[in-house]
Amino acid sequence: MELYIILIIMIIGSLVAIKTRNILSSILSIGLVGLLLCVAFLYLGAPDIAITQLVVEVVVLIVMLRATINKNIIIIDKTLCFPAIAMVVFIIGFILIFFHRAISDLPEFGRPLMPVSGEYLLSGLEKTGAANIVASIILDFRAYDTLGEATVIFVAIAGAVVLLRKKGKI
Amino acid sequence: MNTRDEKGMTEIVKKISKISSLLMFIFGIYVIVYGHITPGGGFAGGVIMACSLFVLVIANGKGYLAGVFKKGLFSKLDALGASLFAGIAFLGFLGGSFFLNILPKGKPWDVFSAGMIPLCNMSIGLKIFASLFAGFIAITAAKIVKNEKKDGMIYSNEESC
Repeated sequence: MELYIILIIMIIGSLVAIKTRNILSSILSIGLVGLLLCVAFLYLGAPDIAITQLVVEVVVLIVMLRATINKNIIIIDKTLCFPAIAMVVFIIGFILIFFHRAISDLPEFGRPLMPVSGEYLLSGLEKTGAANIVASIILDFRAYDTLGEATVIFVAIAGAVVLLRKKGKI
Repeated sequence: MNTRDEKGMTEIVKKISKISSLLMFIFGIYVIVYGHITPGGGFAGGVIMACSLFVLVIANGKGYLAGVFKKGLFSKLDALGASLFAGIAFLGFLGGSFFLNILPKGKPWDVFSAGMIPLCNMSIGLKIFASLFAGFIAITAAKIVKNEKKDGMIYSNEESC
């Protein structure tokens, strides 16, 4: 029940972030959505990802504030004409039909599709020796995933630094 | 940028940020080292360590950390962390396969347990710390060139959108 209240407030916050005219309040509503997502992770019993979400959200807020607060942001305020709205409604309805078919095939909550994850939970401690089951999964059983993530971050930061540097900029 | 970004905030904020950033740095190291026992780990701890330097930069102005660290230090640390992680992965070939946990497991709930998982956490933490701070420096130090035209094409963001 609490989870649904949090989700509804998150949806309202993201709508406010889209519709508001002030860039500062828009960024603050995005921060509200991120922090409530952190609380939702805590309700679902995932403290690892809640800590990561909280810390990354704070960093993203700082960077967004510094990047946007003193700039002239052009706000597009043209209203859509009727054919465009009809098109959008048609496409969203089309997506929703397939979305419904997709989520009706999903397994029940807390009942994973792959039986191997139960094996991880049962024998994670004795096979890896790590008391934190998340660490034993992401750094031992699924270490390839973490290597890929590290590569993604490396490439993303390298690209950002190359694009933002002063020397050799086109 | 306005003058507040260059000079930083008041003296109280500067003093407190110097104290609290040290505590945040130590807490980040704690989160990384205990990542295999308590919630947290390399990613979260690295971001907390980077946050401690963000606080210093925000409180003391943009140019505060420019003279402290050598040029290119953080990109080197970034590359060092990434190659350490890959090196730990290749270390598994001593036992037979990629990413094999060859070190002794130890007792559960000890700091020095779980073989190579703390080492992986430390290398990931170093990598995230260095790369996030390098990205932050790149964002805050970059200046936007306004309305500059070359070869008839518009390179500025303001005019093209």
